[in-house]
Amino acid sequence: MNLFLDGIAWILDPANWTGVGSIPERIGQHLLISAVVLVIASIIALPAGVAVGHSGRGKEPAVMVSGGLRALPTLGVLTLFALWLGIGLQAPVIALVILAIPPLLAGAYAGLESVDRRTIDAARAMGMREDQIIGKVELPLGMPIVVGGIRSATLQIIATATLAAYVADFGLGRYIFAGLKTRDYAEMLGGSILVIILALAIDGLFAITQRLVVPHGVRAARGSELRSGPSRSRAAMGRPITEGNQE
Amino acid sequence: MNWLWSNLDLVGELMLVHLALSVPAIILSFVASVPIGWLAHRYRWSRGVLLSLCGLLYAIPSLALFVALPPITGLSLRSPLNLVIALTLYGIAVLVRTAADAFDSVEPDVRQSATAMGYSSTGRFWGVDLPLAGPVLVSGLRVVIVSTVSLATVGAVIGVQSLGSLFTDGFQRGIQAEIFTGIVATIVLALALDWACVRIGRLLMPWSRPDAAHRRRSIERVERVDAA
Repeated sequence: MNLFLDGIAWILDPANWTGVGSIPERIGQHLLISAVVLVIASIIALPAGVAVGHSGRGKEPAVMVSGGLRALPTLGVLTLFALWLGIGLQAPVIALVILAIPPLLAGAYAGLESVDRRTIDAARAMGMREDQIIGKVELPLGMPIVVGGIRSATLQIIATATLAAYVADFGLGRYIFAGLKTRDYAEMLGGSILVIILALAIDGLFAITQRLVVPHGVRAARGSELRSGPSRSRAAMGRPITEGNQE
Repeated sequence: MNWLWSNLDLVGELMLVHLALSVPAIILSFVASVPIGWLAHRYRWSRGVLLSLCGLLYAIPSLALFVALPPITGLSLRSPLNLVIALTLYGIAVLVRTAADAFDSVEPDVRQSATAMGYSSTGRFWGVDLPLAGPVLVSGLRVVIVSTVSLATVGAVIGVQSLGSLFTDGFQRGIQAEIFTGIVATIVLALALDWACVRIGRLLMPWSRPDAAHRRRSIERVERVDAA
């Protein structure tokens, strides 16, 4: 526990809050690169996932891409790109984009796929165009799962960006590797605590967002379901209905 | 390719070391998750707490967890045991949710029938609940196998030997073939363990034909719609 106090003391040390490589600067770098990577990966993966989820075509390749990429060891991808492209930010950015694609793709197609087919048929029967069905029916209803995909992609990016400090001079991971080199455990631990706080804070923000994007109608329906409880006991009625198609 | 032929021994040895890190973590996380998942399934109030704890655990970046664990466990940073504990925690974070869902997926009717036939609650757990939850548990275990094998490589940057050492060594000495070999070896190892898991699952649970569970569920969904 003493070690933890050292780590916290390191974070609180005013000397670490100013100058080159200060804590605010490192947090800024970490957030900036994570945001850039998330935007690039989203531009690539989300439309593809939406197309797959809407049409149901190309599901096999999408599952294979998202499953196969998940087996890729992040450190291997980072170091390989760093050797190809040299020290600098391009290598980690490209590696991070590749690693962020699977959860985004999976979230997008699972989200759209989770929408009840009859709802979509009804929308089509009412005369909606395909783009209206996607924009007004499938996306809003599938949004919690889509945001869930963005959430896991973001966590993956933040975690891997920490690791990326092994090949480039940026982000909070720098403290861990600098401390490792100089055998300064307080610095390593301080850096780790900052990374953990950052990841948990962002995860919390996404958890709130995921609640907020549930459409009003769906929330109202869930509420009325709860109020009109089953008259018979659960066991005799069979399985309780589960909402969505949680992966 | 040349690099691989002249270093075949090293790669083989690291593969074994890698197995020794990831297999115990996978088994431990499975053994720990089943009772926790059952608790989350059985007691509604514990579900939210347990699942959000797992969610928080899963959100912690791996490298930060590797560094933050030694002060708690009293182990040294470079100890393989430290890595095994961290990997086990991640495995638990993933598997508890699956285990809770797996026990949820057992039909209440089946459970009631078992009770009516005279199963005690422990007997019912081993004879009915666990076997029926098995296929879903195996699907969760497969996810954990792939992620654990891949995550174990990260330990190399803090000095725990594994296939990840091929990445750090290859990076420092500028040998692309070494890194590439490491990536391929890691994926091969993950796929091999995944395959073994599927085989063992089929062997232990001959009733879990691929698709059978899924088909049953979709039929049931249709029936529920008809009833409504």
